[in-house]
Amino acid sequence: MSDPKAIFLKDASVSTADGDQRAFIRKALGGYYVNRDLQKARFRSWEKARDAASMAKWSAVNDLGNQLEKFVGNFEKNGGVVHWAQDAAEAREIILKIAADAKAKAIIKSKCMTSEEIHLNDALEKAGYGVVESDLGEFIQQLRGEAPYHFVFPCMHVKREAISELFTKHLGTAPTNSPEELTMIARRHLRQLYVDADIGISGANFLVAETGQISITENEGNARLTTALPKIHIALAGIEKVVKNLDDLAILLPMLATAGAGQPMTCYNTLYSGPRQKGECDGPEHFHLVLLDNGRTRLLADPEQRDALHCIRCGACLNVCPIFKNIGGLAYGTTYQGPIGSVITPHLRGLKQWNHLSGASSLCGACTDACPVRIDLHHHLLHNRRNAVKTNPTLFDRVFHFGFNFVIQRPKLFAFGGKVFRTTLPLLKKLPLPYLSAWLKTRDLPTPPSQSFRAQWKDQNHE
Amino acid sequence: MRISLFVPCFVDQLTPQVGLATAQVLRRLGHTVEFRSEQTCCGQPSFNSGQWDVAREGARHALKVFRGSEVVVGPSGSCVAMMRNFYPQLFKGQPEEAEANDLAQRTFEFAEFLVKKLGVTDVGAKFSHKVTYHDGCHALRELRLKEEPRQLLRAVKGLELIETEEGESCCGFGGLFSAKFPMISTAMVQVKGGALVRTGAEFVVSSDPSCLLQIGGWLSREGKPIRPLHLSQVLANEVS
Repeated sequence: MSDPKAIFLKDASVSTADGDQRAFIRKALGGYYVNRDLQKARFRSWEKARDAASMAKWSAVNDLGNQLEKFVGNFEKNGGVVHWAQDAAEAREIILKIAADAKAKAIIKSKCMTSEEIHLNDALEKAGYGVVESDLGEFIQQLRGEAPYHFVFPCMHVKREAISELFTKHLGTAPTNSPEELTMIARRHLRQLYVDADIGISGANFLVAETGQISITENEGNARLTTALPKIHIALAGIEKVVKNLDDLAILLPMLATAGAGQPMTCYNTLYSGPRQKGECDGPEHFHLVLLDNGRTRLLADPEQRDALHCIRCGACLNVCPIFKNIGGLAYGTTYQGPIGSVITPHLRGLKQWNHLSGASSLCGACTDACPVRIDLHHHLLHNRRNAVKTNPTLFDRVFHFGFNFVIQRPKLFAFGGKVFRTTLPLLKKLPLPYLSAWLKTRDLPTPPSQSFRAQWKDQNHE
Repeated sequence: MRISLFVPCFVDQLTPQVGLATAQVLRRLGHTVEFRSEQTCCGQPSFNSGQWDVAREGARHALKVFRGSEVVVGPSGSCVAMMRNFYPQLFKGQPEEAEANDLAQRTFEFAEFLVKKLGVTDVGAKFSHKVTYHDGCHALRELRLKEEPRQLLRAVKGLELIETEEGESCCGFGGLFSAKFPMISTAMVQVKGGALVRTGAEFVVSSDPSCLLQIGGWLSREGKPIRPLHLSQVLANEVS
């Protein structure tokens, strides 16, 4: 079964049937809502901050060519090397070549969703490199052999006991229920690996055009070690990560922390300004940046949905999404889960295969209200649905909606059809009809009245 | 004021009492209420399914029906959001663009119309029961109505309003979504319905009959004690 929609339906059926797991996710997010609201209240106006953050990203993305050129010029001036990758395959080749040229053996990584997007770990492991994730959540997911569940909180679905068992199995440590102890186990294990690694691979939260610096924001300090200790640092980032200047960064960093994790600021915020300079005693000797397109310019070319490139990957839309909370992150089958994933995956990986994610939404709009950069998320799901119909209409839908609209333009036929529906409903309920049987599996319908509204109105008002 | 009722298609066929109660409240406030019987559906099911071309055909019929009306009032945040927010998009660049924009401006959700247009919060209703309120997402986020229905409920004699955990969570209806992705839709109503039951209220009131179809359908199947009721049905109970 390789059809993404069929896999999605199957996985979502399994995950929605797991009431305990769904309750665990709701509980985990309960604390986030409290902290997020506390931190939002510290802004003089959260709504105005959203305007400013949105404008900061808009001004960079709408001038993407120039801003990228400016960024690259400054980055190279600082001694970094830039590589342009049109797609995932090119990005993997570039990174594999850097590793081969350096005769590297061990690679350490800090959190980088873009590397998930290009399936970098698989490629590196196949080529014989040892790759270790240093972000605690990603480390746990790597040991589990599972993709990140949430692009900010990769293992939020894993209970403490399961982490303890995982560590016992893979690292031989004694079982423990203490989060501090579990963190220390991972830290002790990872410490030597930073020292041994030939290459550190990171992502980038922002690329600052004005200074040519890369901004990485993190809570564990592992990105600093990943980027500072190995001789070679490779950063991998989507081209949309660029911002114009440090002033824009100053609004985006706290917005990212508050919207995404309910923090005033993420713990460590680092600006990387290139490799070790003459006279400096530490830092990587070589600093590479791989800039990835992989469908982003296609999205940029769509004026209606271009703002999806403003995304700062805070995860706020996932945290409030009732779909995400009920089906869980793994069911999406995508690198980017939740509303933003459902919006952009069709652009990155094809509308025909991934439009079902746009359909799998009640369009409640909680995501759009949560987005710190005001991406019109739930309306973009509508746009994807419309675009999918234009390019790849399915016969059943065409017939169904043609029929429906034929009827609603003919009031007499509508009234007659309604009457037939009401009077034959007891029979219809027994038939395997599309939509109706799906509804009736878990929900009742009201007992139909003997007369419709229009008939009752006519009687009562003598019209 | 001469008010043209917009009665959602499923209210017409499944819960006509909602339409009747809406008319009753508006008349009690001294307004003339008409029902243009040529009306059918706003076309939202097709619009939300991405079938904008056919949805436009259906919506064109609604434009024609309400031509010349003074105001249109519908007891559904969802259908009103379709006409207010999405008709202008659907008809953008079409010959009917101006007409669609005009209808959008003249169309109101029931609670919105009472509170914001008429300036009324006390409609002289009595309902001695514990109720909780469910915000339909279209009313809440497309029309930005949150306080209006609550103002109306607070003015009802004898009514005790209890807020719900998961207050702003979607019930999982989402039109055809509820039948295309029934397992997700059901999971959502389990969460929402569970929170509604925990309030201990006797009724869950909403200004959106489509949410009530979903919530009520699940409550009924699960045999829960709380019953669905449209806001208009609460307000229609006159103080004797």
